[in-house]
Amino acid sequence: MSGPVARERDASRSGPALGWSHEMRAIGAIWLREFKVFTRERSRVISSMFQPILWIAFVGTGLQAAVDADRLGGTDYQSFIFPGVLVMSTLFGTIFYGLYIIWDRKLDVLKEVLVAPVSRASIFFGKVVGGSTEAVIQAVFVLVAGYALATLAPFAFAEGMASTPVWILLPALAVVLLLAIGFVSVGLFIGSFFESLEGFQVIASFLTFPLFFLSGALYPLDSPGFPTWLGVVARLNPVTYAVDALRGLLIGQHAFPYWLDFAVLVGFAAVMIAAGTWAFNRMR
Amino acid sequence: MIETRGLTRRFRVKGSEKDLTAVDAIDLSIRRGEIFGLLGPNGAGKTTTINMLVTILKPTEGVGLVAGRDVAREPTLVRKTVGIVFQEPSIDTILTARENLELHARLYGVPKAERAKRIREMLALVGLTERADTLVKQFSGGMKRRLEIARGLLHRPAVLFLDEPTLGLDPQTREHIWAYVRRLRDEYGTTIVLTTHYMGEADALCDRIGIIDHGRIIALGTPRELKATLRGDLVRLRFAAPPDAGRFKGLAAVEKVEVRGNEAALTVRDAAANLPRVLAAAGEVESVEVHRPTLEDVFIALTGREIRDDTTEGEAFSDAIMRSATGGSNR
Repeated sequence: MSGPVARERDASRSGPALGWSHEMRAIGAIWLREFKVFTRERSRVISSMFQPILWIAFVGTGLQAAVDADRLGGTDYQSFIFPGVLVMSTLFGTIFYGLYIIWDRKLDVLKEVLVAPVSRASIFFGKVVGGSTEAVIQAVFVLVAGYALATLAPFAFAEGMASTPVWILLPALAVVLLLAIGFVSVGLFIGSFFESLEGFQVIASFLTFPLFFLSGALYPLDSPGFPTWLGVVARLNPVTYAVDALRGLLIGQHAFPYWLDFAVLVGFAAVMIAAGTWAFNRMR
Repeated sequence: MIETRGLTRRFRVKGSEKDLTAVDAIDLSIRRGEIFGLLGPNGAGKTTTINMLVTILKPTEGVGLVAGRDVAREPTLVRKTVGIVFQEPSIDTILTARENLELHARLYGVPKAERAKRIREMLALVGLTERADTLVKQFSGGMKRRLEIARGLLHRPAVLFLDEPTLGLDPQTREHIWAYVRRLRDEYGTTIVLTTHYMGEADALCDRIGIIDHGRIIALGTPRELKATLRGDLVRLRFAAPPDAGRFKGLAAVEKVEVRGNEAALTVRDAAANLPRVLAAAGEVESVEVHRPTLEDVFIALTGREIRDDTTEGEAFSDAIMRSATGGSNR
């Protein structure tokens, strides 16, 4: 059956019908559910941490031998791509929230939540907070792994990371959080339009790979002879600003001022929250 | 408790100028504390009617009131007043039974001080106290259904909607569910609206039944009243020799007599009360068989069709297989 859902017009006009504190509790309840699912699906957590290490250890090491360190601002290639790999794990992890919502809907788990006396905005926001929490926890693991690789004697990968002070992790995690809010929203937005997992996967990979490759995660955007068009496209990509901020915080290299990085990420997250709320309101 | 006037829902059909009318101007009046059944074949409009009453679908035309609230204008308040058990299981299998109930309690604003007590009470009601902290993925179909009923009741709804509550369950589990439904009405005074395409279920469980076909209510009444619309019960008498039809002539309750060989088939009004008189008139008989009309007979009399629709059960079955194949994780 198809057709529009009876929307919560009464709720959206003059605040929620059952009060703001009820909506806040509902957000908390949805967050708690997401968090429990996260802690129970350990295979996902492990694979999400494993991938970044593979990138640093194999891709990083392999390319390091071929890349001129002077062109990377004097750092080793493993350290250079570490912020990019961190962004990659956040980007690929969060967009898959769209997949979970399709799955939840296929199994009718979402129905219970959608018919509850809770506004769609709160349901959406609960999911976003849940997904972002996971992304930040995963980022902590990736950062710890990065430090370990950089400092432990037998590895000594990514040596450029070794001198980063620990307090830097806080603003770094703030960058991850903003990026995660934006891309969990993107995932949920796309997921709300799809009924099949395959359709979503096609769209998601059409989106995530270009965003990742065009973000400067794997190469500097200001090398001599760098194509202008690529630089322009990269500057239109919000992911670029997350990579830039993290590279600045972790290894002291950045092309844009921090205020610009944060402004773009906050703006992107806000726009995607608005779009996702709209999409959830029309979802049946 | 529930009032509908001209409640209608049309769906746009792709590639067709004409809309499909799933529910066609239904007028219903369901009383407080009643177990009301919407009985009809698949595709008759039962689920669409329920979906409008629980605000999942907006009516195309007409008015629906649940506990005095308009389903189109005050959906949030209606949602807080009703409990729903969907046709398809919608329990979160990656959570435990208790966690599912806790999530529901928070979403429906059950006060924190009462949450634990009510969850305990509802788990006891459906006999799942011992399995409270087991992951739902380890539950059987019947246990999931019971948990869903517990969940639907947790926020003390004035009306509980059950959409095909026993679809795909074995007969024993089905009777357990009926017992829970009766207890709910008796102990909590909950008004219960259920849909079913099982005649026996509607008959055994419902105080009143609305028979629905092609989106319209074609008959409404208690199971007894509906069956009474047929002329009477069928009494089959077997004699040692071919009987004389004339011997039943004086009996007012006998509507029709048909003799075939040694057998007489009588249509008798209220056979339970009139059988002794019929037997007295019959004299010595070898065997007696009384067939009471079922709701199935009522449906056939009204529509000329049988209600049973085996394809849907097949679908439900393959659906269940798909679920169990993918059910290891719900993500």
